[in-house]
Amino acid sequence: MKRRILGLYSVLVYLFLYAPIFVLILFSFNRSKLNATWTGFTFDWYAKLLHDKPILEATGNTLLVALVSTAASTVIGTAAALAMHRFRFAGKRLMEALLYIPIVIPEIVMGVSLLALYVMLGMELGLPTIIIAHIAFSISFVTVTVRARLHGFNRYLEEAAMDLGADEWTTFRRVTFPLIVPGILSGALLALTLSLDDFVITFFTAGPGSTTLPLRIYSMLKLAVTPEVNALSTVLLGATLLLVTLSQRLQKKEL
Amino acid sequence: MTAGVGSGLTRARASLRRLPFLSRLMTRGSENGRAYLLLAPTVFWLGLFLLVPLVLVAITSLTVRGAYGETVYRWTLANYARFFEPLYVQILWRSLVVAFWTTAICLAVGYPFAYFLAQVPRRHRGTLLMLVIVPFWTNFLIRTYAWVVILRTTGVINTVLQALGLISEPLSLLYTPGAVLVGMVYGFLPFMVLPLYTSIEKLDHSLLEASSDLGAPPWRTFLRVTLPMTMPGVVAGTILVFIPALGMFVVPDLLGGARTMLIGNLIQNQFLTARNWQFGSAASIILMALVTVGLMAYARSFGFEGEELVG
Repeated sequence: MKRRILGLYSVLVYLFLYAPIFVLILFSFNRSKLNATWTGFTFDWYAKLLHDKPILEATGNTLLVALVSTAASTVIGTAAALAMHRFRFAGKRLMEALLYIPIVIPEIVMGVSLLALYVMLGMELGLPTIIIAHIAFSISFVTVTVRARLHGFNRYLEEAAMDLGADEWTTFRRVTFPLIVPGILSGALLALTLSLDDFVITFFTAGPGSTTLPLRIYSMLKLAVTPEVNALSTVLLGATLLLVTLSQRLQKKEL
Repeated sequence: MTAGVGSGLTRARASLRRLPFLSRLMTRGSENGRAYLLLAPTVFWLGLFLLVPLVLVAITSLTVRGAYGETVYRWTLANYARFFEPLYVQILWRSLVVAFWTTAICLAVGYPFAYFLAQVPRRHRGTLLMLVIVPFWTNFLIRTYAWVVILRTTGVINTVLQALGLISEPLSLLYTPGAVLVGMVYGFLPFMVLPLYTSIEKLDHSLLEASSDLGAPPWRTFLRVTLPMTMPGVVAGTILVFIPALGMFVVPDLLGGARTMLIGNLIQNQFLTARNWQFGSAASIILMALVTVGLMAYARSFGFEGEELVG
């Protein structure tokens, strides 16, 4: 009896978690412009997306920012993860703290402080300023992910390679790197997802000609909401889920 | 792991045991130097684009705003003193209250739910947990917007109620404090459920049986045994919800009205609309201070003296 009540209750919680998303997706196929009444099935809003110039431009910007910032933060973050995992050095605790800040800092504070820096340096807001910001918040997440992978990594494999006469670089290239590739890829996918998804920090570091998709969604929400927003949201939702599933798969892969 | 690698590993381990000195020698060397080389890009990037901006904001919060919004480098505490004005006391207070209620509701809703997750048969658990995480991975903006679709005057709830003839005029559900709370709880519930689940799952059920064998009614077993033993999950969930809730600006911006301005909205407003960066910076520093206090409470309650969290 108690079990059944708990089960029923949990169904309600799942409903609370999923109903809004389903409603959102459902109305992306609704013919009516006024969202709430169902007047027939249509793909029009998706078709409209394909011809919406600002949205296409925003898509291009989003992908460019995501790819560049992911590449950079993956390299920088992986190097940091290797150092943090492997070496003892003076100032390690300080380094831990530094890497921890971007994860816990309120996004809005990171956004406005970067804006303050850019303005002081006289930098024009645009794609480069967004990319710089995205690299700054992604590095830590890459480092955490790669370190988790390194944690389950057996040092003896490397030492065995070196025992057998491989030099340090060969050992890294032939033993270490192949083993941590899934961790690096998973970190990269996390960085990619974070970048594609970011609204708050981008909001403060973007200029007039550098709108990204989340920014575009925001301004559509502020102006006039049409089912086109639902269609765009559905597309983004699908993309995010795909990336996350991929990332989880890689993370779980056995050593 | 394959058998081949496994046995190779055993052999490697055996050979190393014979040469402990040599292996230590190989791993040491100039550790500091190589570590710093690998860390240099991170230190550069986070130093320049995280620490310097934060210092800049801290400095700006102590300066005077010029006639055109520019920073005049004359030191003052006036920007902080402004937070004693009733309007801003109210915003600060409201931020704390909203964050508090968001956390409390998440805890109340999430605890029985996490309890359920921890006691379903193991083979279903992975899927059910994944189902909690999936919505958490979708864009926050979109998740918040979904509630606009549901709550607005032409939204799902009003349409359904009107079609059923229960109301004749649409209810104004959107742009209310209630809408903000719903949006916040919706956004942060998974942050609460996951740590709760982790600690409830570890619960030793023989202790619960012992408690009821000794005659304790279920509610007392819960208060005296279950709850204290799952406290780490409660604390972790509370921090994970409370801190981001405190700095939130998207939810009140989209679901709230003018009466629901929180400190996050104030910061946005001062930087982008009012263009009073000095005051906005002070608000940012206050928000950071509140978050730091929260994190320190978290670190202390777990007894690692801040080592893992703040260095």
